[in-house]
Amino acid sequence: MQLLVLAPLLFTLFVPLLYRRVKAIHVGWFVLLVPVLLFVSFLRLLPQVANGERVLQDLSWIPSLGVNFTTYLDGLSILFALIITGIGSLVVLYSIYYLNRSEQLGHFYIYLLLFMTAMLGVVLSDNMIVLYTFWELTSLSSFLLIGFWYQRDKSRFGAQKSLLLTVFGGLAMLAGIVLLYTITGTFSIREILGQKDMVAESALFLPSMLLILLGAFSKSAQFPFHIWLPDAMEAPTPVSAYLHSATMVKAGIYLIARFLPLYAVHDWWFPIVSGIGLLTLIWGSFLAVKQTDLKGILAYSTVSQLGLIIILLGFSTPLAVTAAVFHLFNHAAFKGSLFMMAGIVDHETGTRDIRRLGGLFSFMPITATVGFIATFAMAGIPPFNGFLSKEMFFAASVEYAGTLNWGFLLPALAVLGSIFTFVYSMMLFFKVFRGELQLEQLEQKPHDPPKGMLISPLILVVIILTIGLFPNLISAPILAPAVEAITLIPQEPVEIEHFHGFNWPLAMTLIVIAVGTLIYLSYRKWLHIYNHLPEFLTWNGWYDRSLRGLDRITTSLTRIQMTGSLRNYLAIIFIFIFVLSGGLLLTTDSFAFSTSDLAPVGWYEVLLALGVIAAAITVPFLTSRIAMVLTTGAIGYIVVLFFVDFRAPDLALTQLVVETISMVLFLLAFVHLPRVPKEKGSKSLKLRNLLISSSVGLLVMLIAISAHSTRLFTPISEYFIKHSYDLAGGHNIVNVILVDFRGFDTMLEILVLSIAGLGIYSMIKLRNRKEDDV
Amino acid sequence: MELLMIVVVGVLLTVATYLVMSRNLFRIILGTVIYSHGVHLLIMTMSKLKRGAPPVITDGVTAYTDPIPQALILTSIVIGFGVTSYLLVLAYSMHKKLGTDDMDELRGVKDE
Repeated sequence: MQLLVLAPLLFTLFVPLLYRRVKAIHVGWFVLLVPVLLFVSFLRLLPQVANGERVLQDLSWIPSLGVNFTTYLDGLSILFALIITGIGSLVVLYSIYYLNRSEQLGHFYIYLLLFMTAMLGVVLSDNMIVLYTFWELTSLSSFLLIGFWYQRDKSRFGAQKSLLLTVFGGLAMLAGIVLLYTITGTFSIREILGQKDMVAESALFLPSMLLILLGAFSKSAQFPFHIWLPDAMEAPTPVSAYLHSATMVKAGIYLIARFLPLYAVHDWWFPIVSGIGLLTLIWGSFLAVKQTDLKGILAYSTVSQLGLIIILLGFSTPLAVTAAVFHLFNHAAFKGSLFMMAGIVDHETGTRDIRRLGGLFSFMPITATVGFIATFAMAGIPPFNGFLSKEMFFAASVEYAGTLNWGFLLPALAVLGSIFTFVYSMMLFFKVFRGELQLEQLEQKPHDPPKGMLISPLILVVIILTIGLFPNLISAPILAPAVEAITLIPQEPVEIEHFHGFNWPLAMTLIVIAVGTLIYLSYRKWLHIYNHLPEFLTWNGWYDRSLRGLDRITTSLTRIQMTGSLRNYLAIIFIFIFVLSGGLLLTTDSFAFSTSDLAPVGWYEVLLALGVIAAAITVPFLTSRIAMVLTTGAIGYIVVLFFVDFRAPDLALTQLVVETISMVLFLLAFVHLPRVPKEKGSKSLKLRNLLISSSVGLLVMLIAISAHSTRLFTPISEYFIKHSYDLAGGHNIVNVILVDFRGFDTMLEILVLSIAGLGIYSMIKLRNRKEDDV
Repeated sequence: MELLMIVVVGVLLTVATYLVMSRNLFRIILGTVIYSHGVHLLIMTMSKLKRGAPPVITDGVTAYTDPIPQALILTSIVIGFGVTSYLLVLAYSMHKKLGTDDMDELRGVKDE
C-alpha cells in the first residue's frame, strides 16, 4: 500500500528522462499509466473494503517518536483514493491534448505526480504526522502548479496567496495534532478514535478541535479563507479541474470527516462546522453570480459546494453523512467535467469571458452537451446526480431542523444558497452556449475540439448520467462503507430514490427551480446591486491590506530600532540590562546589606579611593588627548597601589608593566589620531547618557553589596593554599594556580595575546599593501 | 573597606559607561580601559579584602589572602591589554582609511 502511495513520486524520477529522450511521444502518455494502474489497484481492493475488511500496513519511519508510515484503507479512504486516481487519469489524458508541446511538460507532470502522491498520502495515512507531511506537500505542489506559468504576475500572486493561506491552516492543524498527541500519547488516528471518551474529557479537547478545523477550513476554501481559490484559477485548466475541484480542496473535508466521531459529540461542533459551511454556501454562490470569467464562476461554485458538504458533516446524522459522501462523489464528477468544458471553450475560442461568449451550441455541440449535463447536475435538476444529492441535502436539513429551536431557518437558508446555485448554473450554460454568437469578439471560429480532449469530460458525463439514473450502483459498494468509516457505526446501504413522495425536499427543489428561473430571467434588473456591495465584504481587500500592513509595520519597526548608530544600540543594551537585573533585584527581594564582615579602612586607602574617583570623574570633561591618556594612566597606577594594599604582589607587578606599556601605546597612537573634539551633542542626549551610565553604576553597586553580604559557601581557595607546595612544588600560590592547577587558562590567554599581535601586524601590513595597490 | 571599594567600582563603571556611549572613538577606547580597571577591582573586592598575608607560602603564616581572584585578574589583565592594543591600532588604521573617528559618521551603508 505504501508503494501505491509513493508510486507517482517514484515515477517523477523517470519523467525528465522520458521528456528529454523520447521526443516523438507526448510525455503525458507515459504519465497516464501511473494513475490508471493505481485506479485499477484500488478498484480491486474495493470488494474487500466493501465487505468490511480493513487494510492496514505498517512501515517504520521514526519509531522512537511514534511516527510510522502506517497506511489504513477503509471506506472513506478508498472513496477518496478512487476519486484521486480516477479523476487523475482523466485529467492527465485531458492535459495531453490541452497542453501544447512547447510548454514545460516535464515540470508540469512532475508537479502533478508529486501532488498525486501527496493527496494519496493524506487520505491513506493513519499516522497524523505523516498525514501532515503529505498535507503540506499538497500545498507545496499546488503552489508549484498554480505558478506554472511563472512569467505571469497573476500566477505568482495566486500561488503566493494560496500558499500563505493553506500553510497558515496547515500549521494550525499541526498544533491541533500535537494537542491530540498530548492527550492520547499516540499519533495513530485509529487509536485516537478508540480513546474518544478520554479525549472528550480533556481540557485540550476544544483547542485541538478548533485548530484542526482551522486547518480543514483553510484547505477547503471555507469562509473567510475562500479567497485563495478564485486566485488559484490562474493555473492551467487541467490543474484547476484536478486540484481545485476534485481533490485538494476536499482534503479539508476528508479531515473533518475523519475526526467526526471524535469531535461531533461537542456542542460547538454543529454551530461551527455547519455555520461556516452555510455561510460559505450562500456567500460563494452569491458571489459566483457576479463573476464574468468562466473559471471564476466555477471557483466560487466550488467554494459554495464544499460549503454544502461541510454543512452536512456538521449535522453528523447518518442521513446527512450519506448525503455528504454522495455529494462529494457527484461534485467531483460534475465539477471536473465543467472545468474541462471551460478549458475547451477557452482553447477553442481564446476567451473565458462570458460577456464575449454566446451561441456556441451549434458550433460545439458535443461540448455543449457536456456543459448542459454538468451544469444541470450542479443546479440539482432531475434526472442528474446533483438532483439526488441535493434532495438528500434538503432531507437532512429538514430532519436536523426538527431538533433545533428556530430550526426552520436551516432549510430556508439551504434553499437560499441553492437558488443562487441554480442561477449561476443557468448562466454558465445559457450565456456560453445559447444567445447570440459574437464572432467578431472571438479570436477564432469555434468548433468542437479534437476527440482526445473530449474523452475525459465525456467519461465524466457518462458517470453523471449513470449515477443519476442508477444511484444504487454505488450505494452498497462505495457509499455505505464510507459512511460507516466516518460514523464508525455499521450502516445498511441506503436506497436512493428519485421520487419519495410529495414531501418537504421535493417542495424545496421546486421552490429553488421556480425562484431560480425567475431570478435568472430578470437578472439584468438586479445585477447592478453587486456594484453597491461594499468592497470590504469581499475579504480580498483585507488580505491585501494586511499583507501590505505587515510589510509596512515590520519595515518601520526595523527602521526605529536599527538606526545604524552604535551608540543607540549600546544605550538599548544598557537600559535592557538595567531594567532586567534591577527589576529582578527589586521583585525577588534579593537585596541584602550587612556590615558584619568588613575589613578595616585605613586613611591611605581613603586617599587612594578619593584619588581614583577624582581621576575617573575628570576624564569625560577633558578635551586634550594627552591629559586624557595621563588621567586614565593615573587610574591604572592607583589600581596598582590598591593591588599592593590588597596583598597581591603579582597583580601589582603585572598591572604596573601593562599600564606602562599601554601608556606608551596610547602616546604612540594619539599623535596619529585626530584631535579629540569636545563631546558634541545636545544637552538632553548628554543627560540621557549620564542617566544611563549612572544607573548602570548604581546597579553594579547594589548587586555587589548584595553579593558581598550573602556568602553562601566557603571558597575553595583553602585547597590551593594547602596543596600548593606538596602537589605542585611552588611557594607562590597565584603562579602555581596559573601554570599548574589551571594551566589551560594560561595557555589560551597566551593564544589571545598572540592573536592580538598577529592581528595588529596584519592590520598594519595589509592596509599598507592595499594602499600600494591603489 | 569593601563598601568603599564598591563605591569606587560604581564610579569607575559609571564613567566608563558614559565614555563608551560617546561619539569619539578615542573616548570609547579609554572607556573600555576604565571598564577593565573597575571590573578587576570588583573581582578583588568580592573575595573579601585583606584577610591575611600575600599568597606566597611562608613558614609560620596560616592566613593568606584568597589567591584565586588574583589568578583570574592576572589572566584578565593580559587579555584586556591585548584587546586594548588591538583596538588602538584598529582606531589608528580606521582613521587613516576613513578619515574620521566620529561614531555617528561611521554608520556604514545608509539603507540596509
